[in-house]
Amino acid sequence: MLEIIRDYGLMLLIGEYPHGKLGGLALTLIISIVSLAVTFPCAVLIALARTAQSRPLKAVASGFVHCVRAIPLLMLIFWAYFALPMVIGFPIDATYTLIIAIVIYQTAYLGEIIAAGIKGLPNGQTEAAKALGLSYIPTTFRVILPQAIFNVIPGIVNQLTTIIKESSLGSIIAVSELSYVMLQVNSNEVTKPLQIFGILAATYFILCFALSQATNWLERRIANRRTGRVIVEAVA
Amino acid sequence: MGYQLDFSKILQGEYLDLILQGIQTTMVLFVLSWFFGLLLAIVLTVVRAVEFRPTQLLVAAFVEYHRNVPVLIQLFVWYFGFAVVLPDAVNEYLNDIGAEIGYAIVALALNKAAYMSEDFRSGMRSIHPAQMEAARSIGLTYLGAMRWVILPQAWRLALPALLGQTLILFKGTSLAAGIGVAELSYQARYIEEQSFRIFEAYGIATAIYMLISFVIMWLTSVLSDRFRLRVK
Repeated sequence: MLEIIRDYGLMLLIGEYPHGKLGGLALTLIISIVSLAVTFPCAVLIALARTAQSRPLKAVASGFVHCVRAIPLLMLIFWAYFALPMVIGFPIDATYTLIIAIVIYQTAYLGEIIAAGIKGLPNGQTEAAKALGLSYIPTTFRVILPQAIFNVIPGIVNQLTTIIKESSLGSIIAVSELSYVMLQVNSNEVTKPLQIFGILAATYFILCFALSQATNWLERRIANRRTGRVIVEAVA
Repeated sequence: MGYQLDFSKILQGEYLDLILQGIQTTMVLFVLSWFFGLLLAIVLTVVRAVEFRPTQLLVAAFVEYHRNVPVLIQLFVWYFGFAVVLPDAVNEYLNDIGAEIGYAIVALALNKAAYMSEDFRSGMRSIHPAQMEAARSIGLTYLGAMRWVILPQAWRLALPALLGQTLILFKGTSLAAGIGVAELSYQARYIEEQSFRIFEAYGIATAIYMLISFVIMWLTSVLSDRFRLRVK
């Protein structure tokens, strides 16, 4: 076990970099963070459409969410990897296709989380903003979203854990992220699969377990802050 | 673009057979892992409910492992890792009867058991402890209180989450393609490689996944509504 970490530890962390492309854990983290960063604005738009007054807008958003939830992520990755280059007419790097597939998939899930945050706010917030003479845009972006997003921060961090786990599917389309690197190590060292995949599982575990503990901590903190606020308001 | 959609090439002969086999394998994976997963989830929930620290910690570790490691890696651990622990003769026998699908069912069932046991547990936890005390004080035994008071409410509370897990499991069966199980997405990939009909092959597979997912979603909403706990 220690020999594997000694021989391949660096590869597990950064892939073949600096002699080749960046890979391993570093690429997994980059893919996950970039995916979440691109997903976030898309998810906010979906959430706004889901909670909008206009019925057609609501129907389109809900159709999108239900369709995406009905398809396995692997199918989306196949579409992005094999069909998308044919549609746009030029090849794209597998890493980008993986990010595109994850962004489409996660937009549906993160959108629902943010929509739940918006629905969870009391109506008084919108009414008060209107009473102050604010129109839709400032009401949404300066009153509703800052509170709704703050309240669902634990959900967003939790989605980062999910994205990290989903990025392991990159190994199927040869994106040199963590799982792919370890599959390659496994084909070099044919005799130690249990140790190699044990190390791989442990790496994901440490990362995701730490993040889910952080989620729990954030959840408690935010709940305290919200209840704290209620008490202050009641006293005042 | 000179690409003409032509589904008739895929929907006949050898390719149609492959698609049908793929659907069958997907459904076998789905149904068996669901069944064994649910069974084990119930066992895990009971074990965790018993006040005995070591076994509780073991169940907690089992749950955390399955929640914090990607399902694909769990499949790798079983398929690549576990196989070397077994004697050669056993491996040969397993490969003859189709080791991939066996390992896939084991991995998916264990994964779902972890998630479903958490759903059961949160269903149990949302019932106020006073209900147990009240049930005991009117003369029910511990098991009687469980049977007549706690469980009838707990399973209803856990039902929507369990059905959500069912949909995730159905979609998750596609990951078995990663260890070479010839289920629907694997067959779609194979047909695409053989025929170069990218849009038709993935289009049909996607449509089948969507159709079955929509049935599961519809059942979820019907059942969740039918068995909603109406006392508050």
